[in-house]
Amino acid sequence: MYPFKFHRPATVRQAAGLLGRLEDAKLLAGGHTLLPVMKQRLASPAHLVDLSRIEGLAGIEAKGRSLAVGAMTTHAEVADSGVVRAAIPALADLAGQIGDPAVRHRGTLGGSLANNDPTADYPAACLALDATIVTSKRRIKADDFFQGLFQTALEPDEIIVRVLFPIPKKAAYVKFRNQASRYALVGVFVARRPSEVRVAVTGAGTDGVFRMAAFEQALKARFAPKSLDGLTVPAEGLSSDIHASADYRAHLIGVLARRVVEAANKAV
Amino acid sequence: MTRPSLTKISLTVNGKAISASVDPRTLLVTLLREELGLTGTHVGCDTSQCGACVVHVDGKAVKSCTMLALTADGRAVVTIEGLAAEGAPLHPMQEAFRDNHGLQCGFCTPGMIMTAIDIVNRKGHELDDRTIRDELEGNLCRCTGYQNIVKSIAAGAKAMASA
Repeated sequence: MYPFKFHRPATVRQAAGLLGRLEDAKLLAGGHTLLPVMKQRLASPAHLVDLSRIEGLAGIEAKGRSLAVGAMTTHAEVADSGVVRAAIPALADLAGQIGDPAVRHRGTLGGSLANNDPTADYPAACLALDATIVTSKRRIKADDFFQGLFQTALEPDEIIVRVLFPIPKKAAYVKFRNQASRYALVGVFVARRPSEVRVAVTGAGTDGVFRMAAFEQALKARFAPKSLDGLTVPAEGLSSDIHASADYRAHLIGVLARRVVEAANKAV
Repeated sequence: MTRPSLTKISLTVNGKAISASVDPRTLLVTLLREELGLTGTHVGCDTSQCGACVVHVDGKAVKSCTMLALTADGRAVVTIEGLAAEGAPLHPMQEAFRDNHGLQCGFCTPGMIMTAIDIVNRKGHELDDRTIRDELEGNLCRCTGYQNIVKSIAAGAKAMASA
């Protein structure tokens, strides 16, 4: 790891100020992506701005028709929360499948979203649930937030504060894990909302998380695995690597989409 | 590049108050092993996969190779050395690993035991095989095939109830 200067602001405003003022500064949340890449010298920020001592960034609250989860809330807290389990059980299931128990004690929702790893789980939940990402400056809809591999709508001095998840009628997440990394080889999140059905796919796109419009249309007419009969997924635009070819990923999306709809129907 | 300046931190390690001046880059595991001489916590993969470095921070199992020592400032850390005083009887989970032949080379064992106690803290004393195996996702063992580790944890969890 290359040297850096460590900052520990007490408020979001101070943290945003540091980000704006310092050259080459990065936020440190749970550190479970940032520290490994710094150890590998793939990243070498001159400044780290630690978010762990800012009050009010972690926490879970059901607010009317949506669930608010603070940016510094850990995966373990989401997985074990009775409030999340009651409001959006699929979200608790998803959080409980990230990494391993020790990783879930450190990794955070905000960190995962800001990083926007193309194989991370949370981006699929945000996109399928039509979540709103609340930052230090504004509110960003999930549809506008994710902008490609490791790219988001966040400005250099903008910090995620919390995420608002509208509570769906039904939802589920099914993930085909890479056995070594525990990331999603392919993960599909489906949400049946009052006005629409959304299907979000992670792990597969060369441009990161994306929605499956054809599946959404078919499922809106009738929310059942059978509605997907005859629909195939083109391999174009899907990633190909040592773990799986684009064709294999395309096939998996179809299989997992059927399973996830079945799971969502069973969950209620 | 910024020149490293030492930062002072205070924490408790195995119940003892510790103060140290660290380069911000120092990982928690490096502080434990190299500054405090607590070499029971191991570094296996150094990439947060293997779990040989698991310690408890404020009562929760974490991988100490993927946490800055600075992040532990003001917190309570427990390592394998903190489970039982030297010369005193072993912690029931340690005893269970010995009784059930839960280790061979022993390299992964400190992490296994710290994870095992965390499982009991979260899931209680009656643990089935499925639960233990799922919860051991982040702890790798290259010798045992896990069979006896799973047995050890089930036995240790029960023993902790009566300890």
